[in-house]
Amino acid sequence: MNEFGRKQAKILVFSTEKISDPAIDMAGLLKQYYPAGVYVISLPCSSAVKPRWILHAYEKGFDGVFIAADGSDCPHDESCTEKTGRIVMQTHEKMKEMNLDPARLRMAAICSVCSEAFVKQMKSFNDYLGNES
Amino acid sequence: MKKKIGVYICHCGGNISDYVDVEKVYAEVRNEKGVALAKITMFACADANQKEMEADIPEKDLDGVVVASCSPQLHLTTFRAVVERAGLNKYDYVHANIREQGSWAHSDNKSGATENAIHVVKAAIAKVRNAESLEPIKISSVKAVAVIGAGVSGMRSAIALAKAGCKVYIIERDHFVGGRVAQWENLFSTNETGEEIIKRLYNDTINNDNITLYTGAQVLSQSGNIGSYRLKVQINPGFVRNSVYSYEMDEAISVCPIKIPDLFNFGFTQRKAIYRNHSGQLPIMAVIDDENCTRCGDCEKVCKDIDFSQQKKEINIEVGSVLVASGFDTYTPKNNEFGYCVIDNVITLPQLKRLVAMSDRHLEYKGNRIKNIAYIYCVGSRQLDGENKYCSRYCCTAAIHTATEIRRKYKEINNYHFTRGVRTYGKQEIYYSEALKMGDVFMQSFDNELPEVLQKGNKTFVKIKDILTEQKELKLQADLVVLVTSMVPRDGISVNDLFKLPKGRDGFLKEIHLKLRPVETVIDGITIAGCCQGPMNLTESVNSALSAATKSYSYVSKGELELEPIIAKVDKEACTWCDACFKACPFDAIIKVEEGFKVFARVSDSICKGCGMCLPVCPKDAIELNSYTNREIEEMIDMLASD
Repeated sequence: MNEFGRKQAKILVFSTEKISDPAIDMAGLLKQYYPAGVYVISLPCSSAVKPRWILHAYEKGFDGVFIAADGSDCPHDESCTEKTGRIVMQTHEKMKEMNLDPARLRMAAICSVCSEAFVKQMKSFNDYLGNES
Repeated sequence: MKKKIGVYICHCGGNISDYVDVEKVYAEVRNEKGVALAKITMFACADANQKEMEADIPEKDLDGVVVASCSPQLHLTTFRAVVERAGLNKYDYVHANIREQGSWAHSDNKSGATENAIHVVKAAIAKVRNAESLEPIKISSVKAVAVIGAGVSGMRSAIALAKAGCKVYIIERDHFVGGRVAQWENLFSTNETGEEIIKRLYNDTINNDNITLYTGAQVLSQSGNIGSYRLKVQINPGFVRNSVYSYEMDEAISVCPIKIPDLFNFGFTQRKAIYRNHSGQLPIMAVIDDENCTRCGDCEKVCKDIDFSQQKKEINIEVGSVLVASGFDTYTPKNNEFGYCVIDNVITLPQLKRLVAMSDRHLEYKGNRIKNIAYIYCVGSRQLDGENKYCSRYCCTAAIHTATEIRRKYKEINNYHFTRGVRTYGKQEIYYSEALKMGDVFMQSFDNELPEVLQKGNKTFVKIKDILTEQKELKLQADLVVLVTSMVPRDGISVNDLFKLPKGRDGFLKEIHLKLRPVETVIDGITIAGCCQGPMNLTESVNSALSAATKSYSYVSKGELELEPIIAKVDKEACTWCDACFKACPFDAIIKVEEGFKVFARVSDSICKGCGMCLPVCPKDAIELNSYTNREIEEMIDMLASD
């Protein structure tokens, strides 16, 4: 529970090594606190997230999954945002079929200097998930 | 599957252990499946611990290693090298980040930080348990470096790179080289003038066949990655053909009707839209300032060398690394900050330096002979309320050096320093001591009780509660008040945005680690040098430039780079060739293979960049990425989700 009596959510973040990882590291460096229930798995690119990994996270007890997408900064391909968006859409469909709230999966572009944006996302996602549970 | 894993949990001095209960993490992970050895260490990266790890690996017959410490951006390479030295494959090593994403991110919540660290270490153990030993992929690297900025740092690094046999392209936004140093006269500690230094560096630059210098140029776009960055550079014309000191050119400058403040002299003087380099700036030439020229044609009428038909050019260059040396700006005080812009005789230190450079027998300002100068320190730095909390480091020495130079040049001057504690570190202390011997007076105020600048009639006074004389209130009538302003990050540098270079809290470009990787950025192949990284004096800038040149050179010197063998692999039994992966791959790395009746996809190892875009599109889930297999990721999730 947090200070407002809300449950601290467990959030899995799929981050990317070159783009969003530096931003998340910078959030720590700048002591821009975010909930301790946030866990990060780093990948080369946000378009590499498999829907089965997301669903596995819910199955194992994560309240939410956040994809810290490369956005237009993706060093691999400019279609990254579109491709990551498609993964999210497909997973939302599967979540609906499984009676899971699609809002438990979020995606936002987090650039290499977007530490504040990341922290904001984590706090608001944590609040949402804390209220929902 | 690894069965003998070694786990090392780092205190990082107190950076981790002040917030994470390291003993508890150790107790929780020591009995994890596959863990044969667990240790706590004060500094995992220290030589002693590295040697201990090298000894542990063969002694305990370890087949996998986890270090739980800082960000992998800092020490992944270090520990991979340790396990390699001990005879393991470097991909049998997994790094757990419990500092940047643990103790620091949750130092407001110690139990949460500890819980977080336990799960992160367990997940790393799960990953290494399933890790595969891999061999690195080699890619070619273009033996060329782009240097952004032709100040002292840029030119010095370019010369070092060129001497090492590397092709260098210098891209300078201004039409002249020299940067800030061109503006200064005698410099600490050799008494060489800025002009002499720039001239020497410029001659070395243009006389080196390996260096191509583009002035009036800026990077428009970039693509590629380390080893092969492709830059599109725009070169702006100067609209002057034969740039020599001719009577006609003098006439052209004289007839130009446009007058704008000359930023080289911080607005003390004006220049025309057509103007020449100042002494200190090179090359010796005249150019037309496209932004301010109205194309009235007056100059064209009197000088045949004016050529308005010159067009902007775009060129493409390919380099293996980019070295950014884009310099700094000086802080401009706010309106009425210590009387600036409101009281007539309040100027900044850079302005004073130009004033001294332009004045010969007597120091005069606005027609008045100067006798008493008051220097107010830490303007635009060490701010309690403003944005610039940092110490700008160079300004104490710069102010004292300028004051002593003024005393030497004009005997009648008295210097009064209103400081917040003098920070002339290292050899610069010599100047402080010299200034004291020459009779300069130093006073000091607390951070929250700054000196005041007051105007009474046509006289200007500076008032201070001096903590060196038991907070006695002292008041000085000053002929000139000099605000010792800080270095601030330079705005409008296109490469900073194009490469999305990270900035620190102070707004300057941020290195990966101040001590361990001081010139590298998180963007592979991009290095930083000089004052774009933070306030530095000239010696420090040159050291930084040489360091960045060495790092950039290491990326291109061999003509090839070793990249991680993180590539996709297809399970040909499961694949039925639907072409979804073929369409998803941005690099055309997927090949259709037919073997008898079996049609399946194959990944070309040399083309695959390991982005993983092909993974989620496969309807049969027949593609995996090395180091990111379903088993590795899902077991990590299991560990992170566990209670």
